[in-house]
Amino acid sequence: MSVSQATFRSALLDAEEAVPEGLLDGSDTPAGARFSVYRNNVVVSLTEALRTAFPLIYKLLGAQTFDRLAAIYVRQQPPSSPLMMHYGQELPKFLQSFQPLSHIGYLPDCARLDIAMRRSYHAKDAAPINPSVFQTDPEELMSLRLALAPATIVLRSDWPLHDIWRLNFEPDAPKPRATAQDVLITRPEFDPAPHALQPGGADWLQHLQNGMAFGSAHEATITAAPSFDLSAALSQALQTGALTEFKTKDS
Amino acid sequence: MLDNSPRAPNLPNAPGVGYKPQHFTDLRADPGPVRWIEVHAENYMGDGGRPLAQLRALADQFALSVHGVGLSIGGEAPLDRDHLARLKTLVGWSSPASFSEHLAWSTHGAEFLNDLLPLPYTSETLQRVADHIDQVQTALGRQMLLENPSSYLCFAESTWSETDFLAELVHRTGCGLLLDVNNVFISATNLGLSAESYIEAFPLHAVGEIHVGGHDEDTDDHGAPLLIDSHGKPVVDPVWSLLAFALAKSGPRPVLVEWDNDVPDWPVLRAEAERAALALAPAQ
Repeated sequence: MSVSQATFRSALLDAEEAVPEGLLDGSDTPAGARFSVYRNNVVVSLTEALRTAFPLIYKLLGAQTFDRLAAIYVRQQPPSSPLMMHYGQELPKFLQSFQPLSHIGYLPDCARLDIAMRRSYHAKDAAPINPSVFQTDPEELMSLRLALAPATIVLRSDWPLHDIWRLNFEPDAPKPRATAQDVLITRPEFDPAPHALQPGGADWLQHLQNGMAFGSAHEATITAAPSFDLSAALSQALQTGALTEFKTKDS
Repeated sequence: MLDNSPRAPNLPNAPGVGYKPQHFTDLRADPGPVRWIEVHAENYMGDGGRPLAQLRALADQFALSVHGVGLSIGGEAPLDRDHLARLKTLVGWSSPASFSEHLAWSTHGAEFLNDLLPLPYTSETLQRVADHIDQVQTALGRQMLLENPSSYLCFAESTWSETDFLAELVHRTGCGLLLDVNNVFISATNLGLSAESYIEAFPLHAVGEIHVGGHDEDTDDHGAPLLIDSHGKPVVDPVWSLLAFALAKSGPRPVLVEWDNDVPDWPVLRAEAERAALALAPAQ
């Protein structure tokens, strides 16, 4: 008559399974539909967590479709940690092979954007770089090592990802262009914001992140993306608070 | 007096509210009778950003209660050491006046089910929960409070009443208790018991905090009332009466109003805190 937590859990996520024996109402009769309170709590609370975590996906799909997707996802991929702020990491991969929504090719990248925005929101605080570090002689400048703030995230996409985000969250945003867009997410204070990167911009930030000096990062970037505009990239990085403390070659 | 905190004074015997980020500005500008706040531990385990900044600012103005919802103290499996370490970090830097968790489980294997699931009350589960509480109190270096659950069903295998089970946990571990009178009302209604008798049997000397909150009304297969702990509505009159009944027996305690879903504008929640202040007045 004892109900193990394995039995309880199994019946919890599978509504077809019988309610475990040994669960009663207050007058010693089988609990029956009372068990559904727990079934419902689990699915509703996890669906709610996904709604909060994936605002772009929610906007794109609408409440009904999103909740149907969530009802399947939460059963296949329940959280692996009590930190609901991290829930849904597998959703992009899940969407890639989810047949009913496979006609919306950009959905997985949109889910990645939602995850990146959330990661940025909870990332460690960091003071933005002081722009005066760039007022130095050219040789010194080329040897500067810049660091991305912990809340700065670069996302590469084959879709017009930034345009898609704008269309869903900014009034009077233009229709997405038929172009690939890498996205820079930064968090000046508390609210992460996505920005479109120019061609080569993601490479450049990646090189900086990997510890390459300012000069070498530029050279490596223009080799792959000859149109890369360093001054535009630097001014975007400074204006959006993408950079934090820097290190010189010797430090 | 309970010693729930090595560094900060105890929670005041006054109204508190479950903190919601949308109330940040209004709560600080116009707290009404609110002297303390409670936060869900798991929402403050990120590395930085707004949640931690808000918590630091709030801790300057209000006494703080950290309330865990993810430790799975009633779980069959050992406690999650990583999660315990995160709790230790949070409790370390935020120095709350109180730390509490639930008599429930939520983790099974590698899965976290995000609900407070029930356990049978047997000598075996009693020892397991006591061991887990010992482990928490040792890791955090302080006493914890354990909250009574809201029940929708019970276990045929249970051999202990919930109140005896909780009293024995207090005896074995030295933990304190968090008496949720809304949960008492829900469980009593759902299981056909007397809420007053439950409170009379409850080890009130160990109560370091009281919760009130709203619930939903449904019915079971046989048309019997089935109340659901939703924290999405005002506290109903019978729960305020039960609070008065408990306070008359226990003496003044910190009383928290919980409102987690369909969260109203601040003045509505503040008005609930004012009702809690009224309930506390005769007990002071």
